[in-house]
Amino acid sequence: MPQVSLTVNGKAHKVEVEGRTLLVELLREKLGLTGTHVGCDTSQCGACVVHVDGNSTKSCSMLAIQAEGCSITTIEGLAKADGTLHPMQEMFREHHALQCGFCTPGMVMSAIDLVKMHPQGLSEAEIREGLEGNLCRCTGYHNIVKAIAAAWPLMHGHAMPAAAE
Amino acid sequence: MYDFAYHKPANVADAAKLLAADGEAKALAGGQTFIPVLKQRLNKPSAVIDLGGLGLSGITLAGNTLTIQAMAKHGAVAASAEVKKAISALATLAGWIGDTQVRHRGTIGGSLANNDPSACYPAAVLALGATIKTNTRSIKADDFFQGMFTTALEPGELITAVEFPLPVEKSAYEKFRNPASRYAMVGVFVAKGPAGVRVAITGAGQNGVFRHAEMEAALAKNWSPEAIVGIKTPADDLNSDIHGSAAYRAHLIGVMAKRAVVAAG
Repeated sequence: MPQVSLTVNGKAHKVEVEGRTLLVELLREKLGLTGTHVGCDTSQCGACVVHVDGNSTKSCSMLAIQAEGCSITTIEGLAKADGTLHPMQEMFREHHALQCGFCTPGMVMSAIDLVKMHPQGLSEAEIREGLEGNLCRCTGYHNIVKAIAAAWPLMHGHAMPAAAE
Repeated sequence: MYDFAYHKPANVADAAKLLAADGEAKALAGGQTFIPVLKQRLNKPSAVIDLGGLGLSGITLAGNTLTIQAMAKHGAVAASAEVKKAISALATLAGWIGDTQVRHRGTIGGSLANNDPSACYPAAVLALGATIKTNTRSIKADDFFQGMFTTALEPGELITAVEFPLPVEKSAYEKFRNPASRYAMVGVFVAKGPAGVRVAITGAGQNGVFRHAEMEAALAKNWSPEAIVGIKTPADDLNSDIHGSAAYRAHLIGVMAKRAVVAAG
């Protein structure tokens, strides 16, 4: 059986997989990282979003074996060892950006990439558009958008430029 | 998903060899269509040949040609300073494909080889008169697209790059998205460049992307939205489904073409 060597949340792993094993299956079933969710399994809902070498990626639409040599970050890898939450997680909590919570891991992972990809600032419209690949069936988008806007200055270390707001 | 053997060749020659040796083997580019297809068991390849090790992801602007290599991601094309400088409408189009996560993995070569009738890239490639380079030859866009999910590619033939002739004087892409899937119900790419004045339509045709000869002739005479007012698109060969009738799509083609001409300036 093929083996895949990859780093997940800073820890090196060597895992036996089938050719058809999806990255999300490796994370959930082989490594027990069940924070990454499977919602639709048709690559639309974004509950399975993780970072692959820093890029937000739907882990249900990538083979595990394609992650050979890659560095993966999942929702479990965001908080510090002492339990301090990532600013995006903290702002999701602060702004109550979740109802049932099923979409939340994917939302947080996509939101972090979105903020990183927009160092010049993010308007509300850009945040809403940037969440195109993530579905929340509780219709909780409003507070998610607020949380992301609030996390931007925390992640970039300065206030958002006025023009972007 | 059915299981398969997995290979990740390091160069195009080895990839072509693996595909030629096994008629049931399939090439994997970005996988944003192919992997969902495998998951639905709509395809049962004996082997998957991952093209991710070929290193074909460059974007170069040299002389009168913009070259995008086959494994360039949609996100990279959308963000490329070279693409924005040479053909900004192409960068815009790439930035409208799927969502951020799909754009991080999906590739131009994969999109063209698949030739989904609702894909965006075929409209740009056809309207801009691009040339598809493969491991064995060059294929003009006019000869490449041969109907829904059908191209001129031979079994085992791999796209290596797409060459867009410059300078492109005017170009724009307008897309009417299906509100749920976000695929193009109708997408219109208009261009005026070395290939002449061209109008290519995606999302609407039963046989995939096509050129609109009547609009091209009118715009060649007078590049303005007024020039194409009143041009009717026959609905006979257009898609009809629960999202919209053929007549509705025919109407949308006129609307989106006018918007594209306005956007192109």
